[in-house]
Amino acid sequence: MKHRASPTPVDAVAAATPLPGRWRRLLAGELWHDFTHSPVAMLAAAIALLCLLGALFAPWLAPHNPSDLATLDLADSHLPPAWLADGRATYPLGTDDQGRDILSSLLYGARISLMVGLSSVALSVLIGVAAGLLAGFAGGIVDAALMRLCDVMLSFPPILIALLIDGIGRLLFPQARDVLAFAVLILALTLTDWVRYARTVRGSTLVERQKEYVQAARLVGVSRWRLLRRHVLPNVMGPVLVLATIQVGQAIITEATLSYLGVGVPPTNPSLGTLIRIGNDFLYAGEWWITLFPGAALVLIAMSVNLLGDWLRDALNPRLR
Amino acid sequence: MLSFILRRLAQAVLVMLVVGMGAFSLFQYVGDPVSNMAGQDATPAQRARLHADLGLDRPAAVQFARFVGHALTGDFGVSLRQGREVSALIAERLPATLELSAVAALIATAAGIPLGVYAALRRRHWDAKATMAASLLGVSLPTFLVGIVLIEVFSVLLGWFPSFGRGTTVQLGAWSTGLLTADGWRHIVLPAFTLAVYQLTLVMRLVRAEMLEALQSDYVKFARARGLPDRVVYFGHALRNTLVPVLTISGLQLGGLIAFSIVTETVFSWPGMGSLFIQAVQFPDVPVMAAYLCLIALVFVAINLAVDLLYAVVDPRLRVHGPIDGGRP
Repeated sequence: MKHRASPTPVDAVAAATPLPGRWRRLLAGELWHDFTHSPVAMLAAAIALLCLLGALFAPWLAPHNPSDLATLDLADSHLPPAWLADGRATYPLGTDDQGRDILSSLLYGARISLMVGLSSVALSVLIGVAAGLLAGFAGGIVDAALMRLCDVMLSFPPILIALLIDGIGRLLFPQARDVLAFAVLILALTLTDWVRYARTVRGSTLVERQKEYVQAARLVGVSRWRLLRRHVLPNVMGPVLVLATIQVGQAIITEATLSYLGVGVPPTNPSLGTLIRIGNDFLYAGEWWITLFPGAALVLIAMSVNLLGDWLRDALNPRLR
Repeated sequence: MLSFILRRLAQAVLVMLVVGMGAFSLFQYVGDPVSNMAGQDATPAQRARLHADLGLDRPAAVQFARFVGHALTGDFGVSLRQGREVSALIAERLPATLELSAVAALIATAAGIPLGVYAALRRRHWDAKATMAASLLGVSLPTFLVGIVLIEVFSVLLGWFPSFGRGTTVQLGAWSTGLLTADGWRHIVLPAFTLAVYQLTLVMRLVRAEMLEALQSDYVKFARARGLPDRVVYFGHALRNTLVPVLTISGLQLGGLIAFSIVTETVFSWPGMGSLFIQAVQFPDVPVMAAYLCLIALVFVAINLAVDLLYAVVDPRLRVHGPIDGGRP
């Protein structure tokens, strides 16, 4: 992002112009040029977009509705994918033990996985950026307390923290089903992740607040809140964007892991992790498709998001050019 | 120097106290031990007496002090699910997890270092590039999926290795080991490799980066100029100087291995602490959760403290360093 590399007062004003101008600038800018010249980034983006669309339009794309019990037929259970000897064309990727179509479960499951992953990342960006700005601007005891908390949390593996918060959430709401179970899960992922953003934003805020454009804005009497929102915030968002992209992949994997362990999403709304866990019991019966298709989908999503994040980090870092 | 050590120690104690407070509040605000212990037909008077006997009528600070006192002696009470001493449960499960983590760490270093050296020395060749690409895949793969694929290939299709349990174990005093029997080794191969994959890729990438840097350095150029054979330059000079950061990161990751074993143990029904913890979260079984939390925190704090202190001894310029990232699932 250009205005991060050289944050002069002029750029700060430009960053505050309304959205349409920004979009035009983005398309004409270096980032877009970089993107169209990186085959890996474009392939990753295409795969990610395909997964996103598939998940978004699952109700229209899926040949069956896996949660509609009326359409299930136990006689159709344990069918292999269509191209194998006993497979049927109506179930392209086979069926599970309940006779649910794997392709349909997969599309609906990816929907849940992406929903949980994206919303937890959005929430942690919100909390983390706010906390980082606060720590960087307020300094003193607020800063010290927030950063010690980050130190402690970052020294533990995220999966452990997520498990613990999830465990506590289960204890507090033993009857948690559906919406509440999702809320607990998303909260667990959010509370695990926000510290990463807080630390990054605090670091760049400390740098930005020393710069001339901030002092100039202060001098002309811009209020603190407006200074943070319109001047500092746009200039600290570059690293946050990179981190958020990579964390979407991580959040999806963490969610899948929790669901695989049986403490994630409620069983009524299976995510990719839940599907993998269900299929795990049938590996020995030779029914590999129940597990491996959702697993492949999970890896595809995680890989494409990770590659996109890697590319974005390199593209936004002028030193690596 | 002394003030640095004292500050680090104080910080470690503070972290443990915060974690202990978290564990303690699990007991405080979640579930009622009286109704669990007294059962349905207890009279109000009996309940009140039990309440007083357990010390629940005392101020929270006093109860916390008592909790810390008990925790220091390893006493976390009785598991709600299994009705046994939590310390006994953990002592029984500890060897399985430690053996699994140790073997995984061994695999990661023994395979990661040569692969990293290879990728650095042949960095312009396609095979080294393919190795690097594979390592990127290794970072993106969730641990449980690696385990499932290994089970599918090596247990179901090929039938080479068993997919669950520890196999035959031998009792050495309080320690049950699976490393003394061939059957035990056959059982540990798949879970240990699953656990090792992430660390292996990490070690490999680190060794490669450090090696590339070392190969550019003056001492390597000088060694070459002296006419030393490649083998001596690469392994005697370059590799030796890369080992310090590599071993540091491996040491730091040891705690991560023990924590990640939660997932691996579930996939392979490995009877360790991780599967104990998962069962506790599902139940939910507060004493076991609290004990596991404190134990893992202790492991992490001890490892971080040891690394910080070692750094300070080795390099006095390094005073306060940020913590190293915990890793990923």
